[in-house]
Amino acid sequence: MHDKTLTELAAGLAAGEFSSRELTQALLARIDRLDGDLNSFISVTPEQALDAADQADAARAAGNAGPLTGVPLALKDIFCTQGVKTSAGSKMLDTFVAPYDATVVEKLRAAGTVSLGKTNMDEFAMGSSNENSFYGPVQNPWDRAAVPGGSSGGSAAAVAAGLVPAAMGTDTGGSIRQPAAFCGITGLKPTYGRVSRYGIIAYASSLDQAGPMARTAEDCARLLTAIAGHDLRDSTSVARGVPDYTEELAAPLAGLKIGLPREYFGEGLDPTVESAVREAIGVFETLGATVREVSLPHTHFAIPAYYVIAPAEASSNLSRYDGVRFGHRCDAPADLTDLYKRSRAEGFGEEVKRRILIGTHTLSEGFFDAYYKKAQQVRRLIRQDFLDAFDEVDVLMGPASPTPAFDLGAKKDPVSMYLQDIYTIAINLAGIPGISVPAGIVGGRPIGLQILGTHFAEARLLNVAHQFQQATDWHLRRPALAEETL
Amino acid sequence: MALEHADVLRAAHLARLGLDDDEAAHYLDDLGRILAMVDQLQTLDTEGVAPLAHPLETTQRLRADEVTEPDQRESFQRCAPAVEQGLYLVPRVVE
Amino acid sequence: MQWETVIGLEVHVQLATRSKIFSGASTAFGAEPNSQACAVDLGLPGVLPVLNEQAVAMAVQFGLGIHAEIPEVSVFDRKNYFYPDLPKGYQTSQMYHPIVGPGEVEITLEDGATKRIRVHHAHLEEDAGKSLHEDFHGMTGIDLNRAGTPLLEIVSEPDMRSAKEAAAYLKAIHSIVTYLGISDGNMAEGSMRCDVNVSVRPRGQASFGTRAEIKNVNSFRFVERAIAFEVERQIELLEDGGEVVQETRLFDPERDETRSMRTKEQANDYRYFPCPDLLPVVLDRAYVDHLRDTLPELPADKRARFQDQLGLSAYDAGVLSASREMAEYFEAVKDACGDPKQAANWVQGELSGALNREGLPIQDSPVSATQLGGLIARVMDDTINGKAAKQVFQALWNGEGGGDANSADEVIEAKGLKQVTDTGAIEAMIDQVIADSPAQVAQYRDAEPDKRGKMVGYFVGQVMKASRGTANPQQVNALLKEKLDALC
Repeated sequence: MHDKTLTELAAGLAAGEFSSRELTQALLARIDRLDGDLNSFISVTPEQALDAADQADAARAAGNAGPLTGVPLALKDIFCTQGVKTSAGSKMLDTFVAPYDATVVEKLRAAGTVSLGKTNMDEFAMGSSNENSFYGPVQNPWDRAAVPGGSSGGSAAAVAAGLVPAAMGTDTGGSIRQPAAFCGITGLKPTYGRVSRYGIIAYASSLDQAGPMARTAEDCARLLTAIAGHDLRDSTSVARGVPDYTEELAAPLAGLKIGLPREYFGEGLDPTVESAVREAIGVFETLGATVREVSLPHTHFAIPAYYVIAPAEASSNLSRYDGVRFGHRCDAPADLTDLYKRSRAEGFGEEVKRRILIGTHTLSEGFFDAYYKKAQQVRRLIRQDFLDAFDEVDVLMGPASPTPAFDLGAKKDPVSMYLQDIYTIAINLAGIPGISVPAGIVGGRPIGLQILGTHFAEARLLNVAHQFQQATDWHLRRPALAEETL
Repeated sequence: MALEHADVLRAAHLARLGLDDDEAAHYLDDLGRILAMVDQLQTLDTEGVAPLAHPLETTQRLRADEVTEPDQRESFQRCAPAVEQGLYLVPRVVE
Repeated sequence: MQWETVIGLEVHVQLATRSKIFSGASTAFGAEPNSQACAVDLGLPGVLPVLNEQAVAMAVQFGLGIHAEIPEVSVFDRKNYFYPDLPKGYQTSQMYHPIVGPGEVEITLEDGATKRIRVHHAHLEEDAGKSLHEDFHGMTGIDLNRAGTPLLEIVSEPDMRSAKEAAAYLKAIHSIVTYLGISDGNMAEGSMRCDVNVSVRPRGQASFGTRAEIKNVNSFRFVERAIAFEVERQIELLEDGGEVVQETRLFDPERDETRSMRTKEQANDYRYFPCPDLLPVVLDRAYVDHLRDTLPELPADKRARFQDQLGLSAYDAGVLSASREMAEYFEAVKDACGDPKQAANWVQGELSGALNREGLPIQDSPVSATQLGGLIARVMDDTINGKAAKQVFQALWNGEGGGDANSADEVIEAKGLKQVTDTGAIEAMIDQVIADSPAQVAQYRDAEPDKRGKMVGYFVGQVMKASRGTANPQQVNALLKEKLDALC
């Protein structure tokens, strides 16, 4: 069963080929056996999963099943889950059992899905390799020496390894799309405001967005339909109707105008990635799409702007971890300042501290205009680049990452790690949706094609990605690990 | 804009992050390189460009003034490190 | 040297919303610790704020009440600092784009003169929790029930020149917010708190001196005392050749002094930036106009109307418009009796005296405005005299009478206090008194004519006593003089 897509599993459940309990048990057994070194889960919750599976089976028996009833999945450990440890990959929250559910979690439960547990991630979603987790790095199921990408590395690895058909991730600068690319799965970052952020542990509030990670675009469409929508508890969520994202999947692509941003095919792009991406774009031409070059002239300012805005927001968002109401507290604090300084020094990892320091510095007196205000101005220019491009073309395509997955431990320098996100980060600054789909394998490591659309163009992106997956089979390739059966 | 050791210590203090001198030196090096990368922004002319705080530029929705939250103190304090008589405890605050 | 005092006030007003500014937790005062601190108030990981519409409406009403500009767009910022009563490590406030722009407040000084104090702006923010310093094994306890209560911070220009002006300004703000019903204004419970910026400068100097900020001065009286102390301290310092340090000070009411809150802390850097969890608040014209149209009459307008239309003195108009309750009571009395001056006299005289004795606020008066109006009407139509009126008032105060406008009539009837104006009846009483007082009559007759006037008093008293206070005193006086003089 583990080799089926979410869509296939949903059909199997509906047809009565197997029960949700059987499916859940089978996947829990796989996790138990295969996740040891892979380390894609921080917490596995068999009891809650089997309870939910039984409820799903009962609902189905009673004729109350929806399209996702009984489907197992996993949640990045950044979604608050009532009664279940929610760590954000940090020692700071190692003992934190959330007292409430995130809106996404509520919606997935209401849809009848079964959560098997919480997946590994870079601490507080800060990282591009999943090496910044308090719970240790995650291996890439395709090549155990490679990183799975980050920050939703556990979610990507778990799906790629066939431990779950789908997992929820979050994406602040590429944290869904880059690990999806590295692990050969499909990952969608929706438009900012499309999915509620309530109950998602904040990294950078104006950039964070949750989305699905699964085998296919069709799977992602089903999940997005379940989690999208206006939430009265999130002021930044958008009051806009939610379509059934599966409805437009089959639309033909004849006449589709594809733009290739010149800046996404320049210096720093690994030639093997470039050729895989160009080959994929050739597939679209055979499907009737036209391709032209466009320019996003401020692309190279995206990483500098991001590393002002995201750390600034993070430095403030992470101030609540002070050892008073929840989270790590140092032993025997001498006074208040000692309580704060030691609890935070002990609870946060190196990358988190680095970003808190950067954000604190750039917001401090005398620097605000030169950094924060400047970055926000640049942010507007970056968004305008995209809006201008979408006046000319329907979608933009390019690589999700300049290289395939790199080796664990290969990138020691933070700046070179940051530069990995060159093709994904601007999308968050602009707030537009983006999807990464498997488009090749080089040296045993997958390559991702990134497809971008204008605000709220998720249905179009999913349609374009789905049509590509109807014409190719990259998304069906599995690592050896996933082929292993019990 | 060059970063100095004192800037790191100042940021660490504002952020209440305990750092010893060696750690501060280590971060000084990292932060210096990150800021050098960030400083590319200064090469761009943004005169007259309005700052963009939210990608969608929508406006704040307002909530009706209703009490909707019940008392959940017991549940919320289960994850608290130090509580007594319903109060969160911290080292003595001197005013 | 002649010194001039310069004062600016930052007044924090808790808005009387049911729920908090960014969450659905109750704002009720006095609950069990942390029982009204919800996930959002506690800053639990993942929670988000949503703005309370009533807090916005109240802030705008205040702005309209001080004739301020109401900008179309206001923005929430984060003020970042660590303190145990500040759960998120930042306070959501408005630094750059406040909801209320420049306005002004009229204050009335003791001599009845008025002065306009400019308000720089007013902004919305969330209140912090409370630190309880009782000893928990050397620890401090934190109660976050108050965290997230909406505050309107009203920042004045440095326009006040004396402690009295500062107190008058604070009273004016208090009266505006209570008139509007946007705050209970209860300073004892912390619903209204005040930071005072004080500096002195040589009279005639244009630039301001260095100021000290006195934090959390929480009564009208303390504001005056804190400023008085601080002004004296600064003048002494300067006259001794010292310098005033810009710093935060605390007023100690027990010692009647301010003292420095100096700590080893480095200067704060709050790193304000726009709160990314909240979007700009946009107020459309129609909304603001609607609030303007439904604004109640405010103290300054009411005071002017009491003077111009009702003919009250500036002093009376000021007293009677000082609080919404007082003004409403007065106007109801006036409507019931039809005479503003009589109503003003009774409310400020007999009624206020009785309320003060019992320590009651006017809204808890045992004598209702319609009862009092009914009583005054009977004085004005000569049904009862002033002396009887006091008896009737006391009876009403004690709960006698039916409770409506006829209460006074019922008491008058029951006690037989109706004024006797029948000349024959009064003459009969006078004759009896004269007959019963031969010695006093003899004295009267023997006295020099210019001394006799004072001696009438005895006979008046006897007649009034005989009438059980109901005889018309003017008639008694006139008839007595006539009859006594006839005997001489």
